[in-house]
Amino acid sequence: MSDGYSEKVMEHFSNPRNVGEIKDADGIGKVGNPTCGDVMWIYIKVKDNRLEDIKFKTFGCGAAIATSSMITELAKGKTLEEGLKISRGDVAEALDGLPTIKLHCSNLAADGLHAAIKDYLEKTGKK
Amino acid sequence: MAKQVYMDHSATTAVDPVVTEAMLPYFSEKYGNPSSLYSIGRQSRKAIEEARQKVADLIGAKKEEIIFTGSGTESDNLAIKGIALKNRTKGDHIITSSIEHHAVLNTCKYLEKNGFKVTYLPVNKEGLVDPADVQKAITPQTILISIMHANNEIGTIQPIEEIGRIAKEKNIPFHTDAVQTIGKIPVNVDTLGISLLSISAHKIYGPKGVGALYLRKGTFIEPQMHGGGHERNIRSSTENVPGIVGFGKACELAKGRLPDEANLAKLRDSLIKSVLQIKESYLNGHPTKRLPGNANFRFSYIEGESMILSLDMKGVAASTGSACSSTSLEPSHVLIAIGLRPEESHGSLRFSLGRENTQEDVDHVVSILPDIVNKLRMMSPLAR
Ligand code: FES
Repeated sequence: MSDGYSEKVMEHFSNPRNVGEIKDADGIGKVGNPTCGDVMWIYIKVKDNRLEDIKFKTFGCGAAIATSSMITELAKGKTLEEGLKISRGDVAEALDGLPTIKLHCSNLAADGLHAAIKDYLEKTGKK
Repeated sequence: MAKQVYMDHSATTAVDPVVTEAMLPYFSEKYGNPSSLYSIGRQSRKAIEEARQKVADLIGAKKEEIIFTGSGTESDNLAIKGIALKNRTKGDHIITSSIEHHAVLNTCKYLEKNGFKVTYLPVNKEGLVDPADVQKAITPQTILISIMHANNEIGTIQPIEEIGRIAKEKNIPFHTDAVQTIGKIPVNVDTLGISLLSISAHKIYGPKGVGALYLRKGTFIEPQMHGGGHERNIRSSTENVPGIVGFGKACELAKGRLPDEANLAKLRDSLIKSVLQIKESYLNGHPTKRLPGNANFRFSYIEGESMILSLDMKGVAASTGSACSSTSLEPSHVLIAIGLRPEESHGSLRFSLGRENTQEDVDHVVSILPDIVNKLRMMSPLAR
């Protein structure tokens, strides 16, 4: 099992970045994993069109936690457009790959981020 | 290196050094084929027959009723397909439970695809099959009842004796998968009233790759492996001599060590008591009718694979029935059968203790587990 995980995954799993929630978040992305039933929530704080802060909460496997952590790192400080461009593949790649059976977990992270950004855009009437 | 604690004995066990020693001569020194007539062949034959006696002794069987196989899974396959195919003309109905090992469940599913009918009996929330349900499920077409002795995940021990009586009354062959129970609790084929029983060596400090099927005298099955007529023409294949010798030795040791299992149960209870101090943690399975080494918990709001990884980083080996850790991404069928919701089964964690575990090991687990649970709960959107 841990066998299939890269060192990067294990590192992010043991020291996840940006865990928690943002009380007055500007956007929240709540996504669920249809494959195994896991849940990921991504909170964002936006300032000057940039992802000023980002936090996550995840109920899921090691890969789900590591990808949540990674997506927050990838997204932090980026513009909203850049954030929307972070793809499912980018997350897996940044973690030096994931076992095939765990790719759906990294999909969830990208989807969560996009959902949070869209939530912000909708709330602020920018979309 | 940090302290290493192995608590996954239901998955497999380390081969006992005494067993290894008994096996060693049969690799390069006494390598004869037991079917050969010359002396090193006869030597191997003799070793196999001695091992057969030891296996039989552990379960109160006669030597002639033991058929060596390659694994517990093979024994299950041989028993179920063997009975089904032999009795095709008599009937087409099989009764089993919904919490069997995949070796039984998937064999039954295979038979269903081939025209047999299978009843999968439910279990209660503690994992027990109700013998009255067995009784009710029997039809004139029933040719086999297969109910496991104890469950590998939650450790629940089934009322095999009662089911055995029902089977006997109706004259229906009764198979039990006893892979988890031999060497842990008394297993006697007569007391249990069974006609076929599957066992495996590697769960009792013996080698992997060897199992056995007990086949009661007068019960007949269709062979599943055809060839040179080994094992009374029921399981052809040149015998795995070192493996069989090791299995025999492991059974001999297990028989002598059976009283030690009461101490293991005490150790298990101490683990259960301490772990349940963690809030919103629960025990899966039956409080008393459970395997001496089995402790299966569930923790709300968190997922099993992440617990296993966290424990592994602290040197502790355990397992989970979480969907995330299974190759099918399905939650454990056993946990679903005892009525857990999928998200509850996500948070399951099984410790299976064995001979070498000590109170110190339990203390170690108890000292690290609350932090692991808390850390994961802090990350979980489900926790309040
Ligand atoms: S979250 Fe279930 S497999 Fe990753």
